[in-house]
Amino acid sequence: MKIDIKLLGQIFLSFLRIGPVTFGGGYAMIPLIEREVVTKRKWLTLSDVTNVFALAESVPGAIAINSATFIGHRIAGVRGAICAMLGVLLPTFVTVIVLSVLFFSLQGNPHLESAFMGIRAAIVALIVYAGIKISQTAIFDKTNFTLMAVMLLILLFAHIHPVVIILCGALLGIAIIKLKKKLGLAIQLEKPSSHSEGEKEGA
Amino acid sequence: MIFIELFLVFCMIGAVSFGGGYAMIPLIEREVTSKGWLTTSEFTDIIAVAGMSPGPIATNSATVVGYSVAGIPGAIVSSLAMTLPSLVIILVIAILFMRFNEHELVKSAFYGLRPIITSLIIYAAINFSIANGVISPTFSLEMILLVFIFLGALFSLLFLKIHPALVIVLSGIIGVFVF
Repeated sequence: MKIDIKLLGQIFLSFLRIGPVTFGGGYAMIPLIEREVVTKRKWLTLSDVTNVFALAESVPGAIAINSATFIGHRIAGVRGAICAMLGVLLPTFVTVIVLSVLFFSLQGNPHLESAFMGIRAAIVALIVYAGIKISQTAIFDKTNFTLMAVMLLILLFAHIHPVVIILCGALLGIAIIKLKKKLGLAIQLEKPSSHSEGEKEGA
Repeated sequence: MIFIELFLVFCMIGAVSFGGGYAMIPLIEREVTSKGWLTTSEFTDIIAVAGMSPGPIATNSATVVGYSVAGIPGAIVSSLAMTLPSLVIILVIAILFMRFNEHELVKSAFYGLRPIITSLIIYAAINFSIANGVISPTFSLEMILLVFIFLGALFSLLFLKIHPALVIVLSGIIGVFVF
């Protein structure tokens, strides 16, 4: 039991150190996790960790937090998962709170107001950038493109909740692949791997 | 009660947050505006604060929304609610089937999810450019300046590969000088 608590503490601290590195997307922390978990602590093998990153992408939530949770579970079960998740979450949580306190206490300041006018335009650019990045891996055939275009029109003109749209997307994906199989059409589930590097930047 | 509302909203969003944080922006926006917590423009500022911190943009945005609605307890409730569904799903997958991501049903679901995530992000881009005056029916000096900042920021991200957090800070500095 004593060793157990020590191990849980180590998991928490390891991910606490990795947490601040997750600046702008979880992929930045992959080499750090490998160094900490595989090389330094020898908790898992490299192929274990690679498998975890692939899994973390297929689960809802941020890659950084998901990978930490999966790895924590591999090392020390449910409690390990919770310790790793809280460890990776805490440093960014504190940073966000500090920035929020600053932002809300300075609100009404004319300089901050004009700064945020510029920042709002940059946020729109960030969203467009994220859209360009994801479309490079998400759109690779006609079916894909049509699905994207139709759903965009529905989002813009029908007042359907985005959650419904996401669930429809998953169901439509399954239905389309089933239908293509029945019709004997060629099936390609993912973009050819020559672009898999680009996928890593889009996180 | 406000904490229960925050918890439920972010649990729901956390459960469907596939494919990168920016796809979740229209979801959070829909919830916070329909509940009357924030306007779209106020929510844009929250994304900015979230984007200046390390960590995932969707989780960070949830934290800032929680803070602005109900202080630090609100922030704690929101960020935990956002990550709770992932924790539960991960534990179930880890216990039941580790090869989950190689399952054909999962791959087919993602075949449909990826284009939908793209449409969500494009939708967010259109929505936010209208809400923040980057696209506006009346032509003004302000709009021209905003369009220039937008184009400059997009160029820096796409071609100069400048870090998003730095782009936010730089556009803020430009904003102080021109507005």
